[in-house]
Amino acid sequence: MPSFGETLVDPARLLEPVMDAAVNKRLADAALNAAKSAGASYADVRIGRYLNQGLFTREKQVQNIASTESFGAGVRVIANGTWGFAATNNVSEAGLAKAAQQAVQIAKANSKVQKEPVKLAPQKGYGEVSWKAPIQQNAFEVPIKDKVDLLLAANAKALENGASFVNSALFQVNEQKYFASTDGSYIDQDVHRIWPTFGVTVVDRASGKFRQRQALSAPMGLGYEYLTPKAQDKVAGPQGSDVVGYKNSYDMLEDAAAAARQAKQKITATSVTPGKYDLVLDPHHLGLTIHESVGHPLELDRVLGYEANYAGTSFATLEWKKQGKPYGSKVVNIQADKLQQGSLGAVGYDDEGVKTKQWMLIKEGQLVDYEKIRDQAHIVGQNESDGCCYSQSWQDVQFQRMPNVSLQPGKQKLSVDELVKNVDKGIYIAGNGSFSIDQQRYNFQFGGQVFYAIEKGKITGMLEDVAYQANTQEFWNSCAATCDESDYRFAGFFNDGKGQPSQSSAVSHGSATTRFNGVNVINTARKI
Amino acid sequence: MMLSKDEAQTILKKVMSFTTADECEANLNGTTRGNVRYARNTVSTAGNTDNVSLAVQCWFGKRSGVATCNQFDDATLRRCVQRAEEIARLAPEDPEYMPRLGPQQYLTAPSFAQSTAGITPDFRAKAAGDSIALCQEKKLTAAGYLEDGSSFAAIRNSKGLEAYQQFTNLDFSVTVRTPDGTGSGYAVADYTDIGKFDAQALTQRAATKAAASVAAKAIEPGKYTVILEPAALVSDEGLINRLVWAFDAREADEGRSFLSKKGGGTRTGEKMFDPRVSIYIDPTNPQAPGGTFDNEGLPVKKLPIIEKGVVKNLYYSRYWAQKSKAQPTGFTGNFVMEGGTQSIEELIKSTQKGILVTRLWYIRDVDPQSLLVTGLTRDGTFYIENGKIKHPIKNMRFNESPVIMLNNVEAVGRAQRLGGNLVPPLKIRDFTFTSLSDAI
Repeated sequence: MPSFGETLVDPARLLEPVMDAAVNKRLADAALNAAKSAGASYADVRIGRYLNQGLFTREKQVQNIASTESFGAGVRVIANGTWGFAATNNVSEAGLAKAAQQAVQIAKANSKVQKEPVKLAPQKGYGEVSWKAPIQQNAFEVPIKDKVDLLLAANAKALENGASFVNSALFQVNEQKYFASTDGSYIDQDVHRIWPTFGVTVVDRASGKFRQRQALSAPMGLGYEYLTPKAQDKVAGPQGSDVVGYKNSYDMLEDAAAAARQAKQKITATSVTPGKYDLVLDPHHLGLTIHESVGHPLELDRVLGYEANYAGTSFATLEWKKQGKPYGSKVVNIQADKLQQGSLGAVGYDDEGVKTKQWMLIKEGQLVDYEKIRDQAHIVGQNESDGCCYSQSWQDVQFQRMPNVSLQPGKQKLSVDELVKNVDKGIYIAGNGSFSIDQQRYNFQFGGQVFYAIEKGKITGMLEDVAYQANTQEFWNSCAATCDESDYRFAGFFNDGKGQPSQSSAVSHGSATTRFNGVNVINTARKI
Repeated sequence: MMLSKDEAQTILKKVMSFTTADECEANLNGTTRGNVRYARNTVSTAGNTDNVSLAVQCWFGKRSGVATCNQFDDATLRRCVQRAEEIARLAPEDPEYMPRLGPQQYLTAPSFAQSTAGITPDFRAKAAGDSIALCQEKKLTAAGYLEDGSSFAAIRNSKGLEAYQQFTNLDFSVTVRTPDGTGSGYAVADYTDIGKFDAQALTQRAATKAAASVAAKAIEPGKYTVILEPAALVSDEGLINRLVWAFDAREADEGRSFLSKKGGGTRTGEKMFDPRVSIYIDPTNPQAPGGTFDNEGLPVKKLPIIEKGVVKNLYYSRYWAQKSKAQPTGFTGNFVMEGGTQSIEELIKSTQKGILVTRLWYIRDVDPQSLLVTGLTRDGTFYIENGKIKHPIKNMRFNESPVIMLNNVEAVGRAQRLGGNLVPPLKIRDFTFTSLSDAI
């Protein structure tokens, strides 16, 4: 069953044009005028049509195909210096005007317990503008049969290579969004995302052991072209590792076959000896570590305490930043980015009508900036939003979300094999696995999909039961080297959760394979 | 939007009259929800949502299609049924197809309270205001969230199955911190009937923990006796939830579960836990009422999952039950863990050396083979010595399996409602902490 607000539809419905900029402008003006008449000093309206399709298979059969549509509008206002928000699926002039009036009512009611009035960074109106994700093939236009055939072919590859079970799925998203505000912006956007994925399980009945390996695909801000593999997008892991990473296209069949081989190998792999190791982390894995230990702690709403009751706060407070302590080693240059083509976070304008950009968060190991939106910029003495405001749908209020946060590749030429060559006692980890971090983002523990021992500069075999624990600052200060741009690629997440009620957003993290020295590795095998 | 049983079934009967499919099933769900969120001692966001949605599923043989709508005039309903039928005709055959259920008998659960259904924006604003005022007075900082809602679920199918249930709930949580960020406390509660809800009392509990957790000392990670409060056992991602949700029969039969037996089969009937551990499903529990049917209309009945430490029942989908010659299990997510008589204070009193844990956070699977999970303590962690809280301690990361944990039971306290479940505080020996965290 769909969640509320999402409606299951005939797949053909996903291709019907519904959003019309001229109609939306008229509707938006009705909302903005109603808000102003009711006493709002600022208002914005988001008319959104959110389309999703998910295909699910296991082994030789289709489990489910669900196409959903969610259409409605959310109106956000400032009245008496306080935010108010209301949403409606009655997308008519009357429906939007009513929502605007409700939003003003809520704002006025809450203004009684408001301490300081909301202060917005100035934002010029852009007039009527538009942005479209530069995709080559709309995944919704691809016949369902072709998509099912691809998933079943990947399952067949996994089964041929020794998988006991395989589940695969393809998720596709199209956000058709129209934003307007009393600043004079009317912004029409068309956003696409895609995520092919699978999980392979190998069961050894005799020993009672089972091992899994998940796909090494990245969810991307691309169309169906992501699923046409291109040789130039494949990046080999270190010699002896049987790992292939993927850039802007993904070979699902090749990865499914590798996953089955590797899951089988994991059954008999050596259980790791706990201790300090130099870690060589592939981008698919490192993306999650960046996400948790850099992306989240630098969200300004967390830093200020707005997420204290749920997601938590941050060690990287304004005071901590002033002290000038190093976040990482000199090798660590981390950029926030809402422009990178093919990334999940790329849009033309954010959900409060701010044109998107790139900016540095960490320069040569030093924290230089946070991730912020219009009502936060003044708190850190700035007068410009970073353009990273987002809402998961028309019916949820927009708030500060993580932009793409990426580790810049090394400027010197450095291949993965060259990186591994100098490691005396280490572990190469590919793929993201188990992840957990405290509410201020100090202490974390990460697993992975596959682990290989490195001894005297060479991969010597597969390991199992590996997880590493570290402190964010110690970890990033132990960063020794990162490979060059030829190894750079994205990891991504479709469902990053934050807020109450919780909202999810999609975000990418780019990096090249990177080495961290002397990290604490634990053995996770337990007998029950 | 709330519809009465008659209003809902009138719509559903019409749907059935419009279909020409071999089988048809329609689910009508409605909800009215409101929330208020605050932080830094001020309200940050508030909202209302109101929705009702009909999903119609039609079958031709083993092919099915679903369509939905949120308007209920005859023309819209007819279109919705026709669309479901069109999609069904084009769908692939489902090899796991099961025919619709016929009429069923359902238990009655006290899952709806008029007092909760009547909550207004002013009620929410007052709760937030009371919580903030208490913290301002004590020079502490509150961040909290209140969400309430009324909802209904109605089903009807072409084999004559008919089901309807109403629900209400209120969820409240608050984190109180000292202004310098050196102390943090937490309280959480949820209700079907808001009669006992007291935002100030809950905030007071969090405030006391915040003040008491200042100047925490580091202790060496390792194995400790712990008293885990219900909020450390049950949450969206909690230790006990994870255990209860992992009782799937198919995964166990397929050899990919901690309940799979070496060589094949499942561990049903084995004593895998301490004899004081009993967990069961019971939608009629007056303190933690739940859904009495699942979304296919399968009745949810009282069913032991673990009885006196023995694995009693796994969950069977209708398909897997038929294949395994077992009974299908209706399960809507909430459970009851049997408790004892001791309060948390009494559990502390009987502890020579140990750790009181208010809340566990960011719990994630590490190894599905052993159900090993990791996570951290948060918002109030205290060292106990000779039956008394000695001092606050710094937070720590744990790596532990709920299976191992429920073999190391020292004492079971009085069960409390949390997250729609009933769960007791537990005293556990040899709980494994693996590293220190600087987080407060």
